[in-house]
Amino acid sequence: MNLKLLSGLAALAMTGLAQAGEGAVADEYKWLTFVVFGAIIAVTMYITVWAAKRVHTTSEFYAAGRSISGVQNGWAIAGDYLSAASFLGIAGLISLYGYDGFMYSVGWLVAYITVLLVIAEPCRNIGKYTLGDVLAFRNDPKKTKTIAAISTITVSIFYLTAQMVGGGVLIKTLIGIDYEVSVIGVGILMLTYVVFGGMVATTWVQIVKAALLVTASILLVIFTWAPYGFSLPGFLTAVVGDADVQKQVAKLLGDAASTMTPEELGQRFLEPGLFLKSPIDQISLGMALVLGTAGMPHILMRFFTVPTAQDARKSVIWAMAIIGGFYVLTLFLGLGSAMNVGPANIIAVDKGGNMAGPLLAQYLGGGADSLLGNFFLAFVAAVAFATIVAVVAGLVLASASAMAHDIYVGVIKGDHATPKEQVTAARVSSVIVGIAAIVIGIMAKGQNVAHLVAMAFAVAASSNLPAVFLTLYWKKCNTNGVVWGMFIGAFSAIALVMISPNMTYPKAVIAEANKVLQGAPAKEAVEAKASEGFVCELFAVCQKAEPAKKATEAKPGAIEKLAKLNEKLPSLTDPKEIEAAKKEITTAEKAKAKAEGDIKKLEGQTTSMLGLEKPFFLLKNPGLISIPLGFLVVILLSLFTRDKRSEEMWDELYVRQNTGIHAEGSVAH
Amino acid sequence: MGGVRSISRGFKMSGQMNWAAIDADPRFQALHAKKTHFLWGLMIFSVVYYFLLPIGAAYFQELFKVQVWGPVNVGILFALSEFLVAWTIAGVYAKRANREFDTMAQEIANDAHNIR
Repeated sequence: MNLKLLSGLAALAMTGLAQAGEGAVADEYKWLTFVVFGAIIAVTMYITVWAAKRVHTTSEFYAAGRSISGVQNGWAIAGDYLSAASFLGIAGLISLYGYDGFMYSVGWLVAYITVLLVIAEPCRNIGKYTLGDVLAFRNDPKKTKTIAAISTITVSIFYLTAQMVGGGVLIKTLIGIDYEVSVIGVGILMLTYVVFGGMVATTWVQIVKAALLVTASILLVIFTWAPYGFSLPGFLTAVVGDADVQKQVAKLLGDAASTMTPEELGQRFLEPGLFLKSPIDQISLGMALVLGTAGMPHILMRFFTVPTAQDARKSVIWAMAIIGGFYVLTLFLGLGSAMNVGPANIIAVDKGGNMAGPLLAQYLGGGADSLLGNFFLAFVAAVAFATIVAVVAGLVLASASAMAHDIYVGVIKGDHATPKEQVTAARVSSVIVGIAAIVIGIMAKGQNVAHLVAMAFAVAASSNLPAVFLTLYWKKCNTNGVVWGMFIGAFSAIALVMISPNMTYPKAVIAEANKVLQGAPAKEAVEAKASEGFVCELFAVCQKAEPAKKATEAKPGAIEKLAKLNEKLPSLTDPKEIEAAKKEITTAEKAKAKAEGDIKKLEGQTTSMLGLEKPFFLLKNPGLISIPLGFLVVILLSLFTRDKRSEEMWDELYVRQNTGIHAEGSVAH
Repeated sequence: MGGVRSISRGFKMSGQMNWAAIDADPRFQALHAKKTHFLWGLMIFSVVYYFLLPIGAAYFQELFKVQVWGPVNVGILFALSEFLVAWTIAGVYAKRANREFDTMAQEIANDAHNIR
């Protein structure tokens, strides 16, 4: 490992930081952020140098020589799983919508029960490095390795793009580094870890990141909760009584709030229904989470790094303790942020609420003008950065292993590659995937990536999970079933998302933007519509259930509002009133600029990517349909076709997955 | 744990196994039956318990809104119980697997080359 190269990379990363413009961190405290970022980068670089000396063989590159302990792997899984979306996103949802945000977090933990009970140990016992290895055990190796690699790379690229784009935006909001610079910075750092340190460095970066994340959260929760004597009712009473929280609920409920007392409004924050409105969609998401996590290639790969099935079990238990504990902490972070920072201020920085955690940190340290406040913020920002790097590194390693081990070594070379060729292939593939990740990240700037995470989990749940599960547990499962089941499962999941409300529908966006600019006319009350059947809730072919709508008064548009405010401004004398009017002008100007930007961006377009004017599939999550479909295709094709190898290998697979006989051993260091 | 590790490695050197015979061995069949029942039971329970949350939040809102401890309502307690139940399931499985399944598997693994 070349130290000069490393210091060069570090210097490059630091120049990126130095170019930082605007962000949540004030200019005079930017140096603090650089110090914290520098420290974290230095630690991970040290790990990489240390790891590089230990990575020589394929087993070391892909699976850290199977020498990671159960506890270490548990932390690494948590580090891999708690992406920026879950650690900033869920706290944000709780800070804006209360109960629903917390409810949303539950599925992400329950997902690990499937991993623990049916996937981790058997995969450890019969697998080697990849999803393809598990499937190829009893099915046709070339066919299943090809489809498994395609599916792995697809899922990884979807998830990775969402991470890159989300991460780039996040870092821009936090410390003002340009989007492109942060994407390239994340890419280069992550590539350094993966190419030089393989799974050893990736694992330790994930462990360090998880430890930082948990430490930061525990500290923030202690500071948030201590004033209430660590009493749950005491803390929640304060939340319910908070004026900002009450205002947010009133805003979310609209007209319905007019008859409620302030206490009722505050209490409503702790009740369901402010954010998640469609139970069918939630059940669909729940299915994708509960089955998709177990089919995520980068999670699956983690189980090949431990010496035995027992350690795989132990690692899931630890991961569940850390991940679950973390989500319980986010309840306090989210509610604390709603109370101390205020939903309106959180939305002002980031519409999705992603800044709730960082802003709470700043508040707890003493606010935007204090040294400690900015140190806390810098620390949380650095953890966010480390998170993106660690998650992306795991995903790149998973796709590189699919490309090099499954496709190059398994399919092209027919499993006849020298150890040296294999390691080289692994490193070259990592570079290819890493560069692809950077390019895709930059190309996707400003794109709507919300659907990509849903898509990644849905494909993993509809394609990978049925294939792995039935290969492991169903005697009649065979090659044809696996290949076609994976193809149809993945295809249907992707196709359904492409016609779902996740995509951008220019007509609706333009209409909405025009409403903001020109205002909305008064509307008469609309009666509730009954659903014409279950299918109507899923597809836009007949009337779905719609709640009654109350009559609304005409609302003025931003243009009209601005004109009025500007007219009123000179006549105002009270400094408070002037201040308030100026604030309103800024808000209206922002809304106007955004609406105009939307209209300009979509000018001339009338349909979505697939030529639709409005969604045909009405759920955001396709799991409800694509998961059963994936299972069904595997089962039907397996029943109607025959495959000698799949039958002959069943006894060996079933005995070995249950007993661990002939399991891949660990390499002693 | 260390025992299983050394044993699986030791077998690498040994000759062909009669997998069908091991599969048919009463000890393996006993392990298979016990594991299957236990795992399906836990899995079904956990899935049902999990989906009760979104279903309850959507269709039993009045129940979820009942305050039981200051502002703490049934909904919050139920969501928190999801965490406890998930951890309990993990703990129950780990305990049973460590105590029973591992020993049974180990016994079969020790004797595997003799099963013809």
